[in-house]
Amino acid sequence: MAKNTNTEESYSAQIRAKKIFRSVICILLCFMSMFPFYIMIINATLPSADIQKGIHLIPGTSFIKNFQNLMKKADGVGTSVWSAMFHSALIAVPATILNIYISTLTAYAISTYQFKLKNAAHSFIMAIMMIPAQVSIIGFMQFMMKIHLYDTYWPLIIPACAAPTTYYFMKQYISQALSLEIIEAARIDGSAEFATFNKIALPLMKPAMSTQAIFAFIGSWNNLYTPSMILFDTHKKTLPMFIMSLRSEQFRADYGIIYVGLFLTILPIFVVYFALSKYIIAGVALGGVKE
Amino acid sequence: MKKKTVEYGKYGYIFILPFFLVFLVFQLYPLIYTFYLSFVEYYEKDMKMVGPKFNGLKNFMLVLANTKPLGGGKYEIVKWFDNHTVMAIKQTLIIWVINFIPQILLALLLASWFTDTVVKLKGQGAFKVMMFMPNIITASSIAVLFYSLFSNQGPITLFLRKVGIISQDYNFMEKAGATIGIIAFMQFWMWYGNSMIVLIAGILGINPSLYEAAMVDGANGRQQFYKITLPLLKPIIQFSLVTSAIGGLQMYDIPSLFNVNASFIGGPNYASETITMWIKQLGFTAHNYGTAAAASIVLFIVTLAISMVFFIVTKEREPKQRHAVIR
Repeated sequence: MAKNTNTEESYSAQIRAKKIFRSVICILLCFMSMFPFYIMIINATLPSADIQKGIHLIPGTSFIKNFQNLMKKADGVGTSVWSAMFHSALIAVPATILNIYISTLTAYAISTYQFKLKNAAHSFIMAIMMIPAQVSIIGFMQFMMKIHLYDTYWPLIIPACAAPTTYYFMKQYISQALSLEIIEAARIDGSAEFATFNKIALPLMKPAMSTQAIFAFIGSWNNLYTPSMILFDTHKKTLPMFIMSLRSEQFRADYGIIYVGLFLTILPIFVVYFALSKYIIAGVALGGVKE
Repeated sequence: MKKKTVEYGKYGYIFILPFFLVFLVFQLYPLIYTFYLSFVEYYEKDMKMVGPKFNGLKNFMLVLANTKPLGGGKYEIVKWFDNHTVMAIKQTLIIWVINFIPQILLALLLASWFTDTVVKLKGQGAFKVMMFMPNIITASSIAVLFYSLFSNQGPITLFLRKVGIISQDYNFMEKAGATIGIIAFMQFWMWYGNSMIVLIAGILGINPSLYEAAMVDGANGRQQFYKITLPLLKPIIQFSLVTSAIGGLQMYDIPSLFNVNASFIGGPNYASETITMWIKQLGFTAHNYGTAAAASIVLFIVTLAISMVFFIVTKEREPKQRHAVIR
C-alpha cells in the first residue's frame, strides 16, 4: 500500500488529514440533523414576539406561558395533546402486538411446516410487500363505511396483522436462529403444535420480535394518511392529526404555541429513540440486507 | 407394523390463516373495490350519494385530461395530460428524484468512510445515532417545524434576509421552486441516515478476503471501492432504489403539512400538491369517490411501471459486473 506515498511519515500525515476532513464533514452533518430540533426547543421557551425577530440560541422563560396558551387554544381542536397521545397509543399498542404476533406466526409456519402452498404463500407475501397501502385507500374507506367501521379505530388496528415486512424479517431470523430440532424435541415430549409455538419458539425469537416491535410501534404512531382518511370526529384525533391542526388558522398567529406543540409531540419519540437507538440502528442494518 | 404418522402440514395452513384472512379482507378486497370504483360514477352531492353507476373509462378521462363540462354529464377534452392529477404525479416524481440522488450519493460516501479500515473514524456510533435520528421523528412534526422555520416570519428566513443571501421581500412560501426544494431537502434529511446504515451493513457483509486479495494485487482504496464495493452493493442499492421510489410516490405527510393553504392544498398554487394529497382531496374532501379511485389506479400503475423499469434496468447490467469481479 505504501507504494503510493513517498515515505512512511507523509503517508500517516495523509491519513491524519483525511481523518480530520471526514470528521469535520460528519460533525457538520450531525449539526444539520440536530439544528432544527435545537431551534424548536429554544423557540418553545420564547414569547412569540421574540421568535419573529430571528434565530435565538439561548432559551427564554416563556415555556410555561406558551404551554398554558397551547392548552387553552387546543380546546378549539377538539382533542387535547394528551388525548391525542392517548389515542395514538390506543391504536399503536394493539396494532403492534397483532403485527408482531400474527406475522411471526406466519413466518414460523412457513419456515417449519411442509405443505403444498408453502412456497406460493411465501412468494405471495413478498409480492404484496411492494404494493403500497395508499393506492387502495379509497376502496378501503368506502368498505369501512359499508361495514360501519368508519370513524372507529378498528380499521387502524386490525390490518396490522398482515405485515409483510415483519414476516420477512422474522423469516430471515428463524432460518438462522431457530433450529428445527428443538421443535422436534418438543413434539416428541407431547407438546401441541400451537403450544410449541407459544412456549418454545416465541421466547427464542424475542430479540428479533422486540426490534420489529419498535418499528411497528413507531410506524403506527407516526401514521397520518390512513387515520386522516378514516377518522372524521374531531374528538378522536391521533397525534399526527393533532400536529396537522397546528398548521390550521387558529394557531397561525402564535409561533410560541406551535413550537411548544411540536416539542410535546416529538418528546416521546425522542425519549424512545435515545433509549433504544442501539437496537433501532441494528434493526435498520439487519432489515436492509436483503440479498 | 408401520408407525403411524401425524400430518403436520395442516398446521401450516392453520397458522398462516389469520395473516391471509386479514390481508384478503383489509387489503386485497379494498384494492379490488378501488378498481371497481374507478369504473363507476359515484359521488356525494348535497349530503346525497349519487351512484354507483357504471360509466366506463370516464373517470380515467377526467383524471388524465383537462376537460370542460358541456352539461348533461358530457365533457369536452381540452388537452390530454394537463390537469391536477397528472401534474401531481409529475411533481411527486420531481421531488423524489431531487431527494434520492443526493441522498444515495451521500449515503454511499459516508458508508465508505465509516467502513474504511485505513482511515478509522472515531465516534461512529454517535454520528450514526444523530444522522439517523430525523428518520424516526414523526414526519408531520418535521413538516410543521420546517414550515415554522422557513415561513415568512420564520427564523431561518429572517436570518437569510439579514445576511443578504435572499432579498428582503423574498418569501419561500410564494416560490414554487423553493417550496419543492425544501420538501425534497426534508426527505433527503430524513432518509440519508437510513440509507447510510443499510449500505454500511451491506459493505460489512462483503467477504473481507476480496479486499485482502485486492490489496495484495496493489489496488488502492478508490479502486477497491469502484471494483469491489460498488458492484457487490448493487443488489442493495437496487433494492433501496425500488423501495424508495415506491415510498416516494406515496409521499404525503411532509408536503401535506408544509406549504399548504387553509384547505390543505399544496402551495403556491398547487405546485407542491403530491398525488396522494390530491387523491385525498378528491375522495375525502370533494367526496368524488369514482374519480379518486381512478386517480388511485393511475398511481398504482405508475408505481408498478416505475418499479418494473428499475428492476429491469438494474438487473440487465448485473451479469457483466459480476463477471468483472470474478475475473
